[in-house]
Amino acid sequence: MNVREETLARIRRNRPAGDHPLPEVPDFAPLVGQDHVAEFGERLKRMGGRLADVIPGADPFASVRERLEAAKVVASAVPEIAGNRDLGAVARPQDLADVDVAVVRAVFGVAETGSVLFTQAELQVNAVAYLAQHLVVLLDPADIVVNIQAAYRRPDFAHAAYAVLHTGPSATADIEGVLIHGAQGVRSLTVILIARSV
Amino acid sequence: MSASDDLQPRGDARRDGVIHPEVIASRDESARSQDGERLQHAEGASKPIAAKAPREAQPRGAKIRGDRPIDQAEAAERFLAAPLHQKAHDARLWDLRTKRDTAAFGIPEWEELREIASQIKTHTLANLDRYLEEFEANAKANGVHVHWAADGAEHNRIVHGILKDHGAKSLIKSKSMLTEECGFRHYMAGTGIEVIETDLGERIQQLDNEEPSHVVVPAVHKTRFDVAEVFARTMGTDPENDDAKYLAESQRMHTRPLILEADAGLTGCNFAIAETGTVVTCTNEGNADLSGNVPKLQIHSIGIEKLIPRIEHLGVFLRLLSRSALGSPITQYTSHFRAPRKGTEMHMVLVDNGRSERLGMEEFWTSLKCIRCGACMNTCPVYRRSGGLSYGATYSGPIGLIIDPTFNKRKYSTLPFSSTMNGSCTNVCPVKINIHEQIFAWRKVLAEEHQIPLLKQGMMKAAGQVLSRPATYRAAIGAADSALKVLPRFAIYNPLNTWGKGREMPESPRQTFHAWYKQNRMTKAGGKKTDAAK
Repeated sequence: MNVREETLARIRRNRPAGDHPLPEVPDFAPLVGQDHVAEFGERLKRMGGRLADVIPGADPFASVRERLEAAKVVASAVPEIAGNRDLGAVARPQDLADVDVAVVRAVFGVAETGSVLFTQAELQVNAVAYLAQHLVVLLDPADIVVNIQAAYRRPDFAHAAYAVLHTGPSATADIEGVLIHGAQGVRSLTVILIARSV
Repeated sequence: MSASDDLQPRGDARRDGVIHPEVIASRDESARSQDGERLQHAEGASKPIAAKAPREAQPRGAKIRGDRPIDQAEAAERFLAAPLHQKAHDARLWDLRTKRDTAAFGIPEWEELREIASQIKTHTLANLDRYLEEFEANAKANGVHVHWAADGAEHNRIVHGILKDHGAKSLIKSKSMLTEECGFRHYMAGTGIEVIETDLGERIQQLDNEEPSHVVVPAVHKTRFDVAEVFARTMGTDPENDDAKYLAESQRMHTRPLILEADAGLTGCNFAIAETGTVVTCTNEGNADLSGNVPKLQIHSIGIEKLIPRIEHLGVFLRLLSRSALGSPITQYTSHFRAPRKGTEMHMVLVDNGRSERLGMEEFWTSLKCIRCGACMNTCPVYRRSGGLSYGATYSGPIGLIIDPTFNKRKYSTLPFSSTMNGSCTNVCPVKINIHEQIFAWRKVLAEEHQIPLLKQGMMKAAGQVLSRPATYRAAIGAADSALKVLPRFAIYNPLNTWGKGREMPESPRQTFHAWYKQNRMTKAGGKKTDAAK
């Protein structure tokens, strides 16, 4: 017998007796109120993320224009922003090490936690969401689900090769509990609530 | 906003949370939100804690002498002899425990979630063979190479083999208790392939040649001075600069080129999903995602007990994990690795290392439900006052007491005695492991198998003879006023009884409870007094 078969045989020999049915997971009442957009923003901010103010009729990117203009390298995965680093032409993830700002669209947001989901389809190159210094995220307010339970009922997780929930920026408090953003990944994460263009 | 999920500790909790005024920091460097509010997500402290100068040498962990039993009490004594370290450690972990309570109280269905999580784990473990087969079949269908390792040594050989096949010279990895358990870093030290830890806390520990002292916050026993000293020695930073931001930024700048140049990346696994073959990691720094997404070869090491049946079950476990660990509603990153990127290779190593044998231990198999949140460690008075390294084992604190002896009964024979048996660990466990009952059960097993030192055995036998016969016991303490006076002084203050150390036993009451009850609540006939009998 090989290791696999030996391991499985040991498990069959040793596994606890008795009927241990898989429990049904009930639908828990959401912790958040009806206004999912406001709840999402509030929780995002508590997790260290930033929420851009979007004034109807004005430039939705007003709050990040300064950052985008100051950036030498902008990698954009969205049609709304023209970057100067073509993600489609990146040969190796390492080539994104000098990206100052990356702009990507989230599949959906989660009101309960302030999280946003990306898969490899949105990121184009997964590493861009970690190697960039700053991350700007476009999120359609209509794409906010109420809680984590609802998030895991979406089909994205079963189909994507890579799926990731980002909740605010990279963070650490490994030194005396001092909270610091930008441990290894992005130093800031800003969400702009803007409907999908198509 | 909904008050039920208020992440700020209540006013009282914040005031009462100050257990050591000596380690309250004078300045507050923690990150702020865009509205200027002080943030405390991830493992951030809810109030600044800092061990102030004068500088105090960092107490080191238990002395390891082959298979000889670990002397946890000896190492704990050295930790206690470093009061700034001990108090900062105690305050920091009690703060995490307080944050955990606030987060748990914010969810009305918390107890129901714990019960469901426990049942899902029980079900999965009872059908683990089937779920492993399902996981393997799905992972293979996703294009992943799946390996099986019977023990830690085999895990190390397999990973080394994969790296050699690809001509890899360096490996970046995220924190993984499994690879610590396997002694992976030590094994790789002799291979010529450099292993680089990328979690800040774990990197500090690697550079200082120490094991992690906590499953979630690996360097929590170190002060900023200790970190400044390690970084100055290993990365050439300014030894006088102990600013946390400077230290964290220095590490970022130092590690980034190593991440970019690495030939391979390795992560551990928080949850492995049978129905999709997905590995899920829950992290704050983004380093697991760098390890999995930058190099063209990625490896995931998975303890076989990490299996859960379906994606939807993450909706239960994720709500419990970070709240139990840190008091945060979720970690900054929840990453789902299912299939390789185009042009890259993805390997998964399923590691047994004693788990399948533990499954057959009637009293101890439920320890396999553990999701490594560390809540039992944060709440444990022994752990908070002695530091994780004093246990001399990969897993410290209450969960360590019940897991470690399954790896080596002799070496870890003394650990189940490092507990006050207060049961707090069991009460905070998100998957409802009866930790303190298992600690007690281990004491019995180790006594029966003669793994306990002779002095302790003799002491327990003498106490046992008195304690096992109620009439003898009452007669004895009636004469002596108190059990503390019945037990010989050497039994209370000898070096094996950690609880007699550093403290005198309390004054015994003049009258025993039994005598008081008999006098005040019993009738002459011996029956219980009722109102009518008064």
